[in-house]
Amino acid sequence: MERSTIDLWVGLFVIAGLGALTILALKVGNMGSFTGAETYELSAQFTNIGGLKPRAAVKSAGVVVGRVSDITFDNEKFMAKVTMNIEKRYKFPKDTSASIMTAGLLGEQYIGFEGGADDAVLANGETIKLTQSAVVLEKLISQFMYNKAAEGGNSK
Amino acid sequence: MFNRGSVINVRNVGHNAIDSVLRLGYATRFIVLTLLHSGTSFRRPGLIIRELYFTGVLSMIIILVSGLFVGMVLGFQGYQTLKTYGSESALGVLVSLSLVRELGPVVSGLLFASRAGSAMTAEIGLMKTTEQLSAMEMMAVDPIARVVAPRFWAGVISMPLLAAMFSAMGIYGGYLIGVVLIGVDEGSFWSQMQSAVDFREDIVNGVIKSFVFGIAVTWIALFEGYDAPPTAEGVSGATTRTVVTSSLAILGLDFILTAFMFRGL
Repeated sequence: MERSTIDLWVGLFVIAGLGALTILALKVGNMGSFTGAETYELSAQFTNIGGLKPRAAVKSAGVVVGRVSDITFDNEKFMAKVTMNIEKRYKFPKDTSASIMTAGLLGEQYIGFEGGADDAVLANGETIKLTQSAVVLEKLISQFMYNKAAEGGNSK
Repeated sequence: MFNRGSVINVRNVGHNAIDSVLRLGYATRFIVLTLLHSGTSFRRPGLIIRELYFTGVLSMIIILVSGLFVGMVLGFQGYQTLKTYGSESALGVLVSLSLVRELGPVVSGLLFASRAGSAMTAEIGLMKTTEQLSAMEMMAVDPIARVVAPRFWAGVISMPLLAAMFSAMGIYGGYLIGVVLIGVDEGSFWSQMQSAVDFREDIVNGVIKSFVFGIAVTWIALFEGYDAPPTAEGVSGATTRTVVTSSLAILGLDFILTAFMFRGL
């Protein structure tokens, strides 16, 4: 076989390999969703974040508006401090409330924003005051059991 | 108390143990020499390109076809299991994660060992048997720089590319079965896949794995060929050993790498 034919085939091989990697990165992985949209940072404090993880989605009305960038523990207030990167094109009023929700019964957790009525909007680095923590299933069940038990005691 | 036969057996155990340590040392010296003499093959990229044709291009067909079929089987089996829990929409996640993390690097590594590794061993073993390597030395051409190093780099370069092709083809196969044939919702197939597969954690780790497998397989194949006894049986035994040893090396390395990479997930 001639040299140039071999070169051609090897070139095709390398292109196919790199193409496969690109497909994996963009179509299969999450590189496509990070198109370098400019973001600003907001933070919020929760008494309990449940199973929230960094890189979890921040949604408002079901639309993804940003991602959780960092979760730390505030050792003075004993609360979790969640830092989020929100896309620049989305603005939220000062009295926006952030709550930790679960997608489906066993799905992953995300932060839901509910916009308020304030005219001023949250700027880079500000903290969301109104927060609602994750629902802890164990607490819910124990509360339910306790109520049931109390009811049983009353009826006697 | 001991008969002669069992004494010889015990002696063989010791002999084999020392022999394998010796071979490991020789193999290490061999890979260091190969790395030190790689300069020639980078100054003459034509050598590497020629070997890339034999190790990479000629392995492409088998990699693409098996990738497609592995993906299609994953599509069928995954659907059967996920259907029980009513979560067919997670089929894309199952297919892509199992391919990108494990099956892509491992299966293409095994195929690479049997397709390209055995050919490398046989070629170099035969070169040694027909004294071509000694002839090169006589002409003051270093056989490690001229024959071994280009093959080593070609194997190391082509293995990650082949694994990426395998994974991409497998995901397409899973898509064909899951979405086109069975009728899982296309949107949830891709979107759940995209939210579950992380570029750094999954794809880059898969590429690192295939890169490590590429080094291991090529090293074993070249060393077995270079070390083969210069007889017909010697070469055939070396070829068999290449496939067996590199398959075991891939599985062992995969376990170690997985334990490091995905321990905390």
